[in-house]
Amino acid sequence: MYVWIWRHLPGNTAVRATLSLVLFAAVAALLLFVVFPAVEPHLPFNRVTISSG
Amino acid sequence: MARHAARSTTRKLTLGRIVSGISQTIFTLCVVALLFVVYEVWVTDLFADQVQEDLSDDLRDDWSQPAQFAEPALGESFGFLHIPSFEDYEPRVVLEGTEPEELSDGPGHYVGSAWPGQPGNFALAGHRVGLGSPFQDLDLLEDGDAVVVETVDAWYVYRVTDNYVTTPADVRVVAPTPGGPLDGAPSGSFLTLTTCHPEYTARERLIVHATLESSVVKLDDPDGPDALREA
Repeated sequence: MYVWIWRHLPGNTAVRATLSLVLFAAVAALLLFVVFPAVEPHLPFNRVTISSG
Repeated sequence: MARHAARSTTRKLTLGRIVSGISQTIFTLCVVALLFVVYEVWVTDLFADQVQEDLSDDLRDDWSQPAQFAEPALGESFGFLHIPSFEDYEPRVVLEGTEPEELSDGPGHYVGSAWPGQPGNFALAGHRVGLGSPFQDLDLLEDGDAVVVETVDAWYVYRVTDNYVTTPADVRVVAPTPGGPLDGAPSGSFLTLTTCHPEYTARERLIVHATLESSVVKLDDPDGPDALREA
């Protein structure tokens, strides 16, 4: 997968390295600010209340 | 002979690709898991701190006119929680309700439990790690430590009497008299704080009980009780 991406990025090594970093940052931002906030309420380890349910 | 070598190379290549595919997948999962930890421990705190700051400004604005305490609607903020023994503890805005929507904004009041200063159990739930971590250091509270609740018109000073770990279904901790029957009459004015335990898990609950020591009307003591300034 990573090899495939690397091969399909344009430019020389420096440009590809920069683009890879940008890609990684974009994916990380998507996870941190969109995906995780959406799935977090459904995960079990943040329960802090006492309930019989 | 040549054909045999070629086939063997192909097989090696296929095996190599499978191994590489698996290791890349594991690597990716590790990075995602690491990012999630970063998210839980730091990013949610950033969001929650901003939310608390806004709520705090709004509430102070609302309180600029003298008013009497009125029962808040679900999701509405109604007071501040001060824990003077925690150094640099930013007073937390508390809201009505203990659903995730309320708890992501700040400590939440168990619906139906007593109001500050009233006979019964004023019970709050809050996050231990992430989402502002309002109850992160609850395990450090010792008997006699002050927990001060501030409403629009009064200060309520509670003193910690108990700090222990229990099961998530132990509903008697939020009973009118902590540990008593759920439908029993209150034997005093109590405060209860609940959060998860151990940190990062939901296996158990950490509980702090306190009893009301004193209350004072804000008009009589605008700077708040001395308990606020205890080390």
